[in-house]
Amino acid sequence: MPQEVYSNFSIRKLSILDKDGKADEKLLPKLSPAQLKEIYTHMVLARTLDEKILKLQRQGRIGTYSPGLGQEAIPIGSAYATQKQDWSVQSFREHGMMIVRGVPLLNIMLYFGGDERNAKYPVDNILPNSVPVGSQTLHAAGIAMGIQYKQKDAVAIAYFGDGGTSEGDFHEALNFAGTLNLPCVFICQNNQWAISVPRKSQTHAETIAQKAIAYGIEGIQVDGNDVLAVYAATQEALARARTGKGPTLIECVTYRMGDHTTADDATRYRSPEEVQYWRERDPLLRMQKYLLAQGMLSPQLDEQIKNESTAKVEAAVLQYEQFPAPSVDDIFDYHYKQTPADLEAQKKELHAFLDTIKPLGNEGEK
Amino acid sequence: MTKMNMVQALNSALMLEMESNKDVVVLGEDVGVDGGVFRVTEGLQSKYGKQRVIDTPLAESGIIGTSIGMAIYGLKPVAEVQFSGFIYPAFNQIVSHAARIRNRTRGKYASGIVVRTPCSGGVKALEHHSESTEAFFIHTPGLKVVMPASPYDAKGLLAAAIRDPDPVIFFEPLKLYRAYKEEVPEEAYTIPLGKAKVVQEGSDVTLIAWGSMVKTCQEALQLNAQNEKYSIELIDLRTLSPLDWPAVHKSVQKTGRCVIVQEAPKTLGLGAEIAARLAEEDLLSLKSPIVRVTGFDTMMPYFKLENYYIPSPERVLHGVKKAMQF
Ligand SMILES: Cc1ncc(C[n+]2csc(CCOP(=O)(O)OP(=O)(O)O)c2C)c(N)n1
Ligand SMILES: [Mg+2]
Repeated sequence: MPQEVYSNFSIRKLSILDKDGKADEKLLPKLSPAQLKEIYTHMVLARTLDEKILKLQRQGRIGTYSPGLGQEAIPIGSAYATQKQDWSVQSFREHGMMIVRGVPLLNIMLYFGGDERNAKYPVDNILPNSVPVGSQTLHAAGIAMGIQYKQKDAVAIAYFGDGGTSEGDFHEALNFAGTLNLPCVFICQNNQWAISVPRKSQTHAETIAQKAIAYGIEGIQVDGNDVLAVYAATQEALARARTGKGPTLIECVTYRMGDHTTADDATRYRSPEEVQYWRERDPLLRMQKYLLAQGMLSPQLDEQIKNESTAKVEAAVLQYEQFPAPSVDDIFDYHYKQTPADLEAQKKELHAFLDTIKPLGNEGEK
Repeated sequence: MTKMNMVQALNSALMLEMESNKDVVVLGEDVGVDGGVFRVTEGLQSKYGKQRVIDTPLAESGIIGTSIGMAIYGLKPVAEVQFSGFIYPAFNQIVSHAARIRNRTRGKYASGIVVRTPCSGGVKALEHHSESTEAFFIHTPGLKVVMPASPYDAKGLLAAAIRDPDPVIFFEPLKLYRAYKEEVPEEAYTIPLGKAKVVQEGSDVTLIAWGSMVKTCQEALQLNAQNEKYSIELIDLRTLSPLDWPAVHKSVQKTGRCVIVQEAPKTLGLGAEIAARLAEEDLLSLKSPIVRVTGFDTMMPYFKLENYYIPSPERVLHGVKKAMQF
């Protein structure tokens, strides 16, 4: 037997809006001017919220925060393509997705304020933040198994970072999704860094998208700072999943404009030139330029959108800071459907102790 | 001697052990260029190079699994798991392989890895960043488990862990990382694993703690000095497995009372083992029932309520009173 080429593979790359906001007309997704403005408004709100929480953190008014600065196009563009019955399984940098799907800003702030009441969202089909990197990808696959079993018209979307692709769970999730042909979309926010570790130290592969090939599923790389490209790629992947054609891995190439979290100092490991390169590719400015050029946005309207965002965020901050302190009972009451007697006894014991002392001087209330 | 906080003391131990043993390698997430998210490995990569201080892909099972392989081959890996709440992807490697390879090969191969990992709460961290998971590892035969409570001990215990032939899970209470400085020798030294320390002598009641609870107990001692003035003997276990049972036994023989303080959930924590051991061997020396002051059998709450979960000096003293007033 001679040696022969078994097969050749290729990976698509999609970009619609260039860095100056000029669009490739042929590739434009079908979105009305109102929808385009809505997407932009979501992006402005996400950015405003991010900047505000960063300020609150510096003032000690909220805990450690993972900003989504510069990555807004990904959670927003992808969430904008979803329908109500679809599931969003997030990591910890998808505040934009929550904004689009109607999670109140208050809930987002409560999470970073160390308040366990944050994740009882008033909207459905969104899982809470998942901090153990990569682990949530399997939950999306599992939800997709449920959707498949019940023959529902829905898709599960998993979000994760470039670092997340190194965890074993990522491999298992894509493998399950591929072998079971699940209605699932895997969205990688490749922001070039996992804390201080660069993307090239996570995988020797040229792209993350090409990993799809090994699982026998569809893969595509998109410009993650182009909200229209993210929307279009997600739309296509969702349609594929809905029609029984299986899962897709979407690698969104972007950049973490901020520190990893407020506990990090990115100047220790990356250059200002690199940051500057990406600043010129800001997803928000790009969309703004596009809308201005199309006449869908005027400087006045832009100003109005920004003012409304600031007002919304300020209102949420007020709500957050006036939110009543949690009860110590909250430590115990949600572990089981019915709290076991032993645990009830521990709660009583804590109360009995607290009755003997003055308040501890922290936020909790009996 | 120079004043060091726990981060500096740990860093000093790593520097010195890498200097004296060329087989020591450090690996983990962000341990190289960034010097670790808590800066414990700061400066190691610039001094010893990228081959000995490795920024790995983000994969705990990978970090520990390859460490086991390196150790079998003869290297001395000191792996960092960024927070003990993220050790679970590596749990399989630790329990199924690191802990077992010596026994399975009748001593032909061993996996003398050191797994450094920050633990415990009290700094208002995000969820999964404040866990006290020592019991899983104490419960695993074949592992040693260490948790220092002071800069001086941290340096000596880490050096001992690195020189130890067996796998050591080395917990670093992150609340103590920068809590205070104390005199620490600049040169290398070790503190033997498996040996507890009597922090303060006393005759009424034995108070047993480890990790950041030692400092909490010291604060309780100060409260006690103002009020009840019981004579409290405080023991810092330092090594959790193997347990320094003779130290516990000797102290309780003397005092006849025992209060165990642990931040971890109550059920099946190390405190339960100590209480069982006392019931087996020292029951007739006890003047009052053993008291446990612990976290609850719940998730570590998010930080708004963490101070109600973590034993406070007041709660420790409450436990001491319970033992004394029986
Ligand atoms: C299993 C696990 N290991 C380590 C961590 C600590 N950690 C939090 S985020 C992070 C980097 C994540 O990088 P990436 O997946 O690229 O996401 P990004 O932060 O860039 O959005 C690390 C190491 C964690 N949360 N979970
Ligand atoms: Mg990343």
